[in-house]
Amino acid sequence: MSSANISLQSNAPVRPGVFGHPAIDCDVHVAVPSTQALMPYLDAYWFDSFMARGMNRTSYTLTGDAPNAPLAARPDWRPKDGRPGSDVGLLRNMLDTFGSTAAIANCIFGGVALHSEDTAAVMCKAANDFVADQWLDKEPRLRASILIPLNSIELAVEEIERRADDKRFVQVVMLVMGQDLLGKRKHWPIYEAARRHGLPIAVHAGSLYHHPPMAGWGSFAYEDYVAQAFSFENQVLSLVAEGVFQKFPELKFVFSESGVTWLPACLWRFNKTWRGVRPEIPWVKRIPADIVRDNIRLTLQPFDAHDPRRELQRWVEQMRSDRMLLFSTDFPHWHFEGTDALPADVSSPLARRILFDNPLETYPRLRASLNVTEAAA
Amino acid sequence: MTTATASKTRFVVARTDEVKPGQRKLVDVGGRPVALFNLNGDYFAIGDKCPHEAGSLCAGKLVGLAESDEPGHYRLSRPGEVIKCPWHGWEFDIRTGQSYCEPSAVRVRAYEASVEHGGELVKGPFRAETFQVAVEDDYVVITL
Repeated sequence: MSSANISLQSNAPVRPGVFGHPAIDCDVHVAVPSTQALMPYLDAYWFDSFMARGMNRTSYTLTGDAPNAPLAARPDWRPKDGRPGSDVGLLRNMLDTFGSTAAIANCIFGGVALHSEDTAAVMCKAANDFVADQWLDKEPRLRASILIPLNSIELAVEEIERRADDKRFVQVVMLVMGQDLLGKRKHWPIYEAARRHGLPIAVHAGSLYHHPPMAGWGSFAYEDYVAQAFSFENQVLSLVAEGVFQKFPELKFVFSESGVTWLPACLWRFNKTWRGVRPEIPWVKRIPADIVRDNIRLTLQPFDAHDPRRELQRWVEQMRSDRMLLFSTDFPHWHFEGTDALPADVSSPLARRILFDNPLETYPRLRASLNVTEAAA
Repeated sequence: MTTATASKTRFVVARTDEVKPGQRKLVDVGGRPVALFNLNGDYFAIGDKCPHEAGSLCAGKLVGLAESDEPGHYRLSRPGEVIKCPWHGWEFDIRTGQSYCEPSAVRVRAYEASVEHGGELVKGPFRAETFQVAVEDDYVVITL
């Protein structure tokens, strides 16, 4: 599919933004403003339980998601009151600016990290209901990810099944540092459910903090932030080695907020080592880089590079693929200034792939809902 | 000893009793090092230099082919038909020269190896290269 023969037939016409070409923003953030906001989405038992335990007054904020950190919100994307990502008006303005036809919201509510399987599942369910009710209903361009409890595969699958009929949820989101390496077979029921419903798996930066983010517990937020990229390396290795893509060849994994530029060097090591130890994982029948190229996608921001324009070009050359990157602003996080979200010439074929074609090819539900058709020749 | 036809050259590379079943021998084929294998009485020959860093495949370990239909399922077939480069473990099929470390992109050349009687070989106008061919013996002949 090339952008040249796509005609966009959306119900709500989208004005071209800064790129002069429609965009699909594959990672924006919406926040649960407070746990109190989830109370309407709890059943009687859990409502009572939250109140009795004071959970409604507890902020379930992940350590890596400190709301007052400068990175958490660009000054112009930081609401006057409340948490970053809690103002629908700011989000709308941003979508207008970039001419985004659609944007995929990740609501990484910290309740996902609770050790109690049941409570974590209730938190995820409530957060997903909140997103549907308070965000998706209000902004038709918005889509969302299904947040799942990562410490219970069974309840995770249940949440996917419960949400799957709402086609505005276009992917499942897991954290890059959850309970266990993502390739492990215990996770496969999640992938099977996702595959069945046409939902890619987003692997988003973040940790449940059930395990040290590195080889031990670091001391500083600095370490926590930098180490996220290392965890993405671990996960892509696990996904390849365990054979997830042999089992689910059509399933896409979308690495969100990964930093992106670590991947080529990492794959060189994957390839080199695999050639020598192939019999250990005989289900891996292709060079790992080929598998990664086919099955892994990465959201664009943040893009770790001193000179992003030059490095983006090099990255595409090294990966030998212009199909892997998905446009994202990572709204409201502060990774770039103004409208400098895409380090490529906006009229280039690469820019169009990143902005639109790649997201469409990644998300079957977006493709269906945007009613994109190939124009007659 | 070599003989050239219109398009092919035949090299007598070993007496059959030099390379018994399960054994291998590094031979010279017109200046090229070639790894010759005897697999249960059948002879196979592939280029000796690993395409990676030119390790001598003839010095590698002969293993079976590890295969899988899906993750967690393991199967070993074709015992002794895969040679692993002694340097970095790249695997090659001794029948075809195809690699298993990157089947679509990496291979070594496979040569046609056959057994012929000395009595047949000495009939032609041959030039002896490395050894004398005797009428009573069998020889491995590689066609290039």
